[in-house]
Amino acid sequence: MQVTTIALIGGIYSNYHALLATLADIDRRGADCAFFLGDLGAFGPHPNRVPELLIERGIAGIQGNYEESLSSGATDCNCGYTDPRDNHYAQISYDYTAENTSDVYKRWMGTLPRAMRLEANGRRILLSHGSPRKINEFLWRSTSPDPFLRRMCDEYEADVIVCTHSGLHWHKRLEDGRHVINAGVIGRPANDGGTNVWYTMLTVGDDIRVEFLPIEYDHGALASEMRAERLPEEFIETIETGWWTTCLEVLPAKERAAGRF
Amino acid sequence: MTTIPHVPMRALDTLWFQVAGTLCNIECTHCFISSSPTNRSHGMLSLADVEARLREARELGVREYYFTGGEPFMNREMIPILAATLKQGPATVLTNGMLLRKSICRELRELIDASEYSLDLRVSLDGFDRESHDAIRGAGVWERAMIGLRNLAEVEINPVITVTEAADGIRSDEGRARFLDLIRSFGFTKPRLKVLPLFRIGAEEKRTRAYADWERIDIMNESDAEVLQCSSCRMVTSKGVYVCPILIETPEARMGSTLAETLRPFPLRYGACHTCWVEGVSCRT
Repeated sequence: MQVTTIALIGGIYSNYHALLATLADIDRRGADCAFFLGDLGAFGPHPNRVPELLIERGIAGIQGNYEESLSSGATDCNCGYTDPRDNHYAQISYDYTAENTSDVYKRWMGTLPRAMRLEANGRRILLSHGSPRKINEFLWRSTSPDPFLRRMCDEYEADVIVCTHSGLHWHKRLEDGRHVINAGVIGRPANDGGTNVWYTMLTVGDDIRVEFLPIEYDHGALASEMRAERLPEEFIETIETGWWTTCLEVLPAKERAAGRF
Repeated sequence: MTTIPHVPMRALDTLWFQVAGTLCNIECTHCFISSSPTNRSHGMLSLADVEARLREARELGVREYYFTGGEPFMNREMIPILAATLKQGPATVLTNGMLLRKSICRELRELIDASEYSLDLRVSLDGFDRESHDAIRGAGVWERAMIGLRNLAEVEINPVITVTEAADGIRSDEGRARFLDLIRSFGFTKPRLKVLPLFRIGAEEKRTRAYADWERIDIMNESDAEVLQCSSCRMVTSKGVYVCPILIETPEARMGSTLAETLRPFPLRYGACHTCWVEGVSCRT
């Protein structure tokens, strides 16, 4: 039986330092292929560097809400927040990213697909950003029960659904052997007090294996650049401490209780 | 003649239970279903009632469950009902906080620790202080709600405080800040606040005014209608399954006896529909 390894890179949020470290790790492990899942910009500095790197390395991927908004000239990120404080910080991120992303990359973002279907060893894999049905839907572990995920796998005719957007990685194997994976993000830490970020390796052979891989990167350099770009101190604190300080109100009870703020 | 827009049923994500019927231990002047100690329009749901709908919900792939009333903790089976629900998915309970005794809070804590899914408590406040809160909710209510919040804090359950627009200045930054400070004063270091508009039906119709004839949705694209919660929710009461948590005193909003019977479009012909539409309301947390 052939075994296929697929590297999945969730939201990058302009963290090109983490992207470089992730790509090096993927190369070292010799993955068969790698895909990005959208939200290339936001939060971090110098938003041209991520699309530049992805294009240069020939990595394929899909649109997130950020790419949809930037390529269509929208005035906000359509992140899906409802709380005023969440929206306040989301707007700072978006305005900075929109202003500092070249038109050529915005146009390229507009050409990215909303979803991708892969097939490995007869398994149908669907890559999405928020969820297969909605680009900015948040799929959290504690609010994505199995019956709901099963319905989604049925509706979208997939054996493996992959998403990102929420920022926290998780994996559920359903009773019928199908899988739903939130690949996490490499843009900011996972609100766990560690400065590392996470990407996902999917191995499809006789069975399906999902590994979440921690990536250490030069977060000090990222923090310095964010300061130089006058990005909010709250964002920098997250990079330096591993705890989320903004865009938290959207977290369900369990995920909120696990963080410091 | 105006055409009435219909909301499609996109997918049943959110299932509500009118778990205490319209029975409540207090009588708020803004209650859109006029819940009170004597209002038996909708009855209590039993554990068996809830379990029957949970079985159906599992087949339909429902994502999350909400419990309201009346006051849900007046239902003596509330803890077993939550235990059954949390085996299947995340749950939220809307409460006035007055019945959150220490023993109940400890049981809630155990449920939270035992489930892989989130349990949220939403506690309603209508003022920053006794005077403003009790003016809406009745004498002595503030005191008991404060005890309930302290009991939650003791077992480290961080509630979402829900405030309606009846609270003075709640839409301003200053008003929000005052509420957030109040929440922090209980020792909740991660204050959570949700603001809801008022519906001009039930008791609220008498407190302020009823909907005017012009307060109706006239034109709408089907894709726009998908932002309305009724495109993805239904409400179970002792009388049947209704379109949403708001319209349970509107007989035409009863869509069937089972969930499956209600998975069809609904005409948005009511004043409350206008509020949801213009305010972008979601009763979800």
